[in-house]
Amino acid sequence: MNLSSDFFEIFAIPATWQVEPGQLDLRYRSLQQEFHPDRYANKGAVEKRLAVQTASLINQAYETLKSPLKRAQYLLQLKQIDASQDSHITSDGTFLMHQIELREELSDVRNNEDPFAALNSLRTGVEASYIEQQSQFQIQYQSQAYDQAYDTVAKMQFSAKLLDEIEQLEVDLEDQ
Amino acid sequence: MALLQISEPGQSPQPHQRKHAVGIDLGTTNSLVATVRSGMAEVLADEQGRELLPSVAHYTSMGVSCVGHEAAEHNVSDPLNTLASVKRLMGRGLVDVKSFGDQLPYEFAADDGGMPKIKTMAGLVSPIQVSAEILRKLAGRAEIAFDSMLDGAVITVPAYFDEAQRQATKDAATLAGIKVLRLLNEPTAAAIAYGLDQDQDQERIIAIYDLGGGTFDISILRLSKGVFEVLATGGDSALGGDDFDHAIADWLRRQIGMGENLDPIEQRTLLETAKSAKEELTVAEQAELDVFDWQGTITRPIMHSLIDDLIDKTLRACKRSLRDAGLNTASISNVILVGGSTRTPRVGEKVAELFGREPLCNLDPDQVVAMGAALQAEVLVGNKSGDDMLLLDVIPLSLGVETMGGLIEKIIHRNTTIPVAKAQEFTTFKDGQTAMAIHILQGERELASDCRSLARFDLRGIPPMVAGAAKIRVAYQVDADGLLSVSARELTSNVESRIEVKPSYGLGEEEITNMLQDSFSNAREDMQARALREQQVEADRMIEDLLAAIYKDGDALLDSEERRCLKVAIEELRELRETTKEHRPLARQIESVAKASEEFAARRMDASIRSALAGQSLDEIDKG
Repeated sequence: MNLSSDFFEIFAIPATWQVEPGQLDLRYRSLQQEFHPDRYANKGAVEKRLAVQTASLINQAYETLKSPLKRAQYLLQLKQIDASQDSHITSDGTFLMHQIELREELSDVRNNEDPFAALNSLRTGVEASYIEQQSQFQIQYQSQAYDQAYDTVAKMQFSAKLLDEIEQLEVDLEDQ
Repeated sequence: MALLQISEPGQSPQPHQRKHAVGIDLGTTNSLVATVRSGMAEVLADEQGRELLPSVAHYTSMGVSCVGHEAAEHNVSDPLNTLASVKRLMGRGLVDVKSFGDQLPYEFAADDGGMPKIKTMAGLVSPIQVSAEILRKLAGRAEIAFDSMLDGAVITVPAYFDEAQRQATKDAATLAGIKVLRLLNEPTAAAIAYGLDQDQDQERIIAIYDLGGGTFDISILRLSKGVFEVLATGGDSALGGDDFDHAIADWLRRQIGMGENLDPIEQRTLLETAKSAKEELTVAEQAELDVFDWQGTITRPIMHSLIDDLIDKTLRACKRSLRDAGLNTASISNVILVGGSTRTPRVGEKVAELFGREPLCNLDPDQVVAMGAALQAEVLVGNKSGDDMLLLDVIPLSLGVETMGGLIEKIIHRNTTIPVAKAQEFTTFKDGQTAMAIHILQGERELASDCRSLARFDLRGIPPMVAGAAKIRVAYQVDADGLLSVSARELTSNVESRIEVKPSYGLGEEEITNMLQDSFSNAREDMQARALREQQVEADRMIEDLLAAIYKDGDALLDSEERRCLKVAIEELRELRETTKEHRPLARQIESVAKASEEFAARRMDASIRSALAGQSLDEIDKG
């Protein structure tokens, strides 16, 4: 089974940080046109099962390449570096201090007079540093500074998680 | 490629014989069946010309006495034996059902599967059996229209249905003897019926707001050249137009000055009055009421004050789905209204207000889902090449496993495109441990007790080792219908673990088999004849497919000995298919041919993938 192809091969693009989202979308749709289980609805059980497996792999590849964090982790995985653990923490003390401040800011949002405005300004800041971290990763990965790239992924994990929590809080606030 | 080239005359089934497929909208209040005729989807009516079938079955001590309109007539006179709105109970537990309060007048009993059964004069009845009766009635309607057996059906489910609810729906179809081509999400079906993918070079985003009798769904889809890609879905599988009726009935009860404890007949009467008032108010500004010697008036503003909170709840779900899709209301090019409850004008008003545009509702909101399902069924059964219509659905709720301390660890996040596979590694924590229990849940909350329990898997047959030495890889596979399967393997010894599944709120395989036998022994249908016919259809399909595959790829992918063996197996199958009157030997032979051709199928899939990667079709490789 050719299911061992790496995700970049499946999408017929080079294994680099830079990914063109439009190209990814097009390739994704054309692959699913061919391998989605619905294309095998009339086939036997074996073919159906193979189609489910293949389509699952295509979905996983698409999801990985689309997400900046997952793509970064996957690029390191291709270099035999496991950067996908939650326990993976950066050694940058200043960064960690700043994260603690941001978390405090987040937990104070509920007490703010205009919690939505406070949440928005927090988000703008975190998004900006997330993008900054991504450019750092790109440079480090390109120059094969994998140790540094590994550390940057830990920072990206912080940012992505914080953005999730900001969003969750916004949902909670809206529901009240 | 013409298949006739490879079939000997008279021996092969006609390859271009038209197959009979339908789309079924199995609704809370009403159900419908539709099919495609001359390229157009149309809803099939019964002998009296009625298209909607009330989702109601009436039971007597003899069993089911009638289904649909006739059954609904017993609503008020015999409420305990007239089972309606069972869609609300599908895949649910007794606890969930009790939380519906007095909304359903039935008496429930728990069975050992944890799923509620309804006490009737015919004994305990599972909601799945009631749904099967409705499906059987609709399939019968279609078979009369076709004057032929049904080849398959696409059955719609609310996009927000969890795995247990989907499985229950599929089990109902199995009980009714219907081959399910696909469980299709209702909003996606509606999008297909509207044909918004046609004549569009530009991709666009649409929102489908689906408010049925008992369920609410919101889906955000991206359409691009025939591909319907669900970006996010949300909703509430226990909120619908029935809740409007209950809110109005409750108001009515207070106006009349009745207490809270009503008997089932009083309850039904108030509900029926509330329902007709709601329907009258879709056109009139006010409705006169006359019930239990009480006369009064309900106006639109009064009704709005009763239902606005419920509608607002749906709008919050819309906002959340937009957020999940990373979009805002300005990105939406069309909003489609689906479901009978969107006939209440207030719903359309508030939806228009949220999205800042008038929603589309030119197709009958009751029929649009069944029509879309019929169009998809036509493609899946193989009558239409499908051009490039493709539906990419998502899992509506996250899947996870229970971890230490009653927490949940998410394995597959909500709104992930399906099919999807994920794997996890576990180890043993005791020396010589040979078994392990895995509890699978679905939901967004952090505590396992706040999520829906789907199933408990017991892994057995782990080779005994010291604690922490075993590495058990558990693989979760969610298929395109949103149904889960689990497999496990111990990696260091490569031993496949045996998995015993105990669905939390469903039927076990044995229970389904028993029910199936009961239903056949009660019905006029001859189980043996039907089963044989099914196996013959499968044998024909298999022979045709394999011959075509050998013709196309046999030279490239099989050596001469493999090819000879496969041909012998096919010939034996063909022989048996023509001669046997027993379905079991035929089923066994089909199974054995499937096994013999498994490797060939894998090589063909592999070759397709390679050619897709190389950006050319297998045909071109053949030619080269």
